[in-house]
Amino acid sequence: MLCSIQSYAMRDTRSEIRPKLGIRLWLCGGWLFCLVLGALFAPWISPQDPLAQDLFAARLPPFWVAGSEPGFWLGTDSLGRDVLSRMLHGARLALIVAFIAGTLTCLIGSTLGIFAGYYQGWADRVISRFIDIWMAFPPVLFAILLIAVIGTGMTSIIIAIIIIDWTRFTRVVRAETMSQSVMDYIASAQVAGRGKFSTMVSEILPNLLPTIVVLLSLEMGIAVIVEAILSFVNLSISTDSPTWGGMIAEGRISIHQAWWVLVFPLIALFLTVLSFSQFGEGLKDRFDPVLR
Amino acid sequence: MLSRILFTRLLSTAVTLMGVAVIVFVIIRVVPGNPIAMMLPPGATDADIERLKAFYGFDKSILEQFIVWLANVLQGDFGNSISLRQPVSSLVLGRLPATLELSIFALLMAVLIGGGLALIGTRSRGTATEAAIDVTNGMALSIPDFLWGLFFILMFGVLLPIFHISGRISPSLNLDFSTNFYLVESLLRLRFDIFMDLIGHMFMPALALAIPLAAIIAQLLKQSLKESMNLDYVTLARTKGYSEYQVIIKEALPNAVLPTLTLVGVQFTFLIGGTVIIERLFSYEGLGNMAIDAVINRDLPLIQGIVILFAALFTVINLVVDMMYVVLNPKLRHA
Repeated sequence: MLCSIQSYAMRDTRSEIRPKLGIRLWLCGGWLFCLVLGALFAPWISPQDPLAQDLFAARLPPFWVAGSEPGFWLGTDSLGRDVLSRMLHGARLALIVAFIAGTLTCLIGSTLGIFAGYYQGWADRVISRFIDIWMAFPPVLFAILLIAVIGTGMTSIIIAIIIIDWTRFTRVVRAETMSQSVMDYIASAQVAGRGKFSTMVSEILPNLLPTIVVLLSLEMGIAVIVEAILSFVNLSISTDSPTWGGMIAEGRISIHQAWWVLVFPLIALFLTVLSFSQFGEGLKDRFDPVLR
Repeated sequence: MLSRILFTRLLSTAVTLMGVAVIVFVIIRVVPGNPIAMMLPPGATDADIERLKAFYGFDKSILEQFIVWLANVLQGDFGNSISLRQPVSSLVLGRLPATLELSIFALLMAVLIGGGLALIGTRSRGTATEAAIDVTNGMALSIPDFLWGLFFILMFGVLLPIFHISGRISPSLNLDFSTNFYLVESLLRLRFDIFMDLIGHMFMPALALAIPLAAIIAQLLKQSLKESMNLDYVTLARTKGYSEYQVIIKEALPNAVLPTLTLVGVQFTFLIGGTVIIERLFSYEGLGNMAIDAVINRDLPLIQGIVILFAALFTVINLVVDMMYVVLNPKLRHA
């Protein structure tokens, strides 16, 4: 009940949430680590071939339910494909998209944001105008539209995510840069003879990093969701490759006959998205110079 | 002063909408799959192709096409849907009420849940209840509407089937509606059976859309409420013998609500954006569901119409919120 005394003091709740954050960081990091391992070694650890259909083994329940078959731990879908093996293979696409799309979006968005926020002037006006326009698009519809135009496939998903989500970084980094630029240490750096660009990179950027790390981790979770949504409406990669979104779409249809086809990919998606977002928060508190 | 703010905002709204129109047009015109080829029956002659291209205006230059298209859009003519062979404007306006009813219902839910949690959290600040609310908020914020929707389908569609998880209205109940605002119309015509059926269909998708917004409202409103709870006039009200809830609602709330209001405006557009996939998930016959079909069928005029309508809706909401903020905030009003 430490928190009861301190939460009266607004925001200043560091000391009592620190230990909790440690656990959170470990739990989320642990799940993501297992997922990366599972995805890396999917071809070797999958109990079955994720594409192998067997109509005689269709809709087998998971192992603890009567009627299950050994070797199909989490049951099979309506075509008799093993749910666990498909999930492990689906994790590959989810994680590749998360890491590549997340990182690239972060690089592009943050670069635009720091330039707009620090140099201001016409560059800022142009970038801000584009952000305004981008904010007027419903993101999911925008993503689906882009995929329809540039075609399906992993590269298309990554491109679509970058095009849609750069504003998430630009908006925050721009605002943060603006508030940093008026601080005294920036003026001192200028007085000490640092150039504008060098001040931006070596003085402002390090102070933005905690924010950027949180956003990056969040963005990876968002990328996983976008990939799942695109697969759900059958607009991600070729139909027979296993994806979490594709499994969820199939599970949504056969929900009354085989709940497990929906439940397991949903749990995986849920834990992954939650882990990415909480992991970022945890990291921030570890690396934030003020909190440390 | 007010009129000058309004004018600048209107101008920037117009520029934004123009930008949206240009971008949608550019994206759609680089579509590789030729929509004409998909519409033709096998064995069509070259002359047929040319006639069809001319009919949809695809034979002119891109700039010409854009100017013609924009002139038509400004007159409310979005062309004809390729897959449904009807005017886009009537198709889109026919579906808009369903999406609006769903979004506004979800917004109400978010305000009620989020506002309620903020009040309870402020009332019991510093206790385990507040900590529980904070943890729940954190979870609710990191899970997007799509996952909430799937979760509700499992929980309340399959395990505890108490809500409908598919469609907008039970097919057996068909009142000959004269508008597409089914919910409003059923209420006005006192058909409470139909009203309840509509709510039963809308409840799960609306809740999925509402939860992330409710969490944001709870978090921000609670923070502003707690800040104002230490101010002098609140203490004064307390010494007058008001109960804690009276103090919060009558004294602290009116002053704390402004930052939340601005945020709700922006977040409401995100909520409407979420209807696209949520409608798909719950087979709800609104704009979003139609948009996904349009993309799958490569129905360019229909996609254009829907995206433009969404963008117009978003910019208008932002404009209204900005204006409300100016009107409600005395500092800005007299500035």
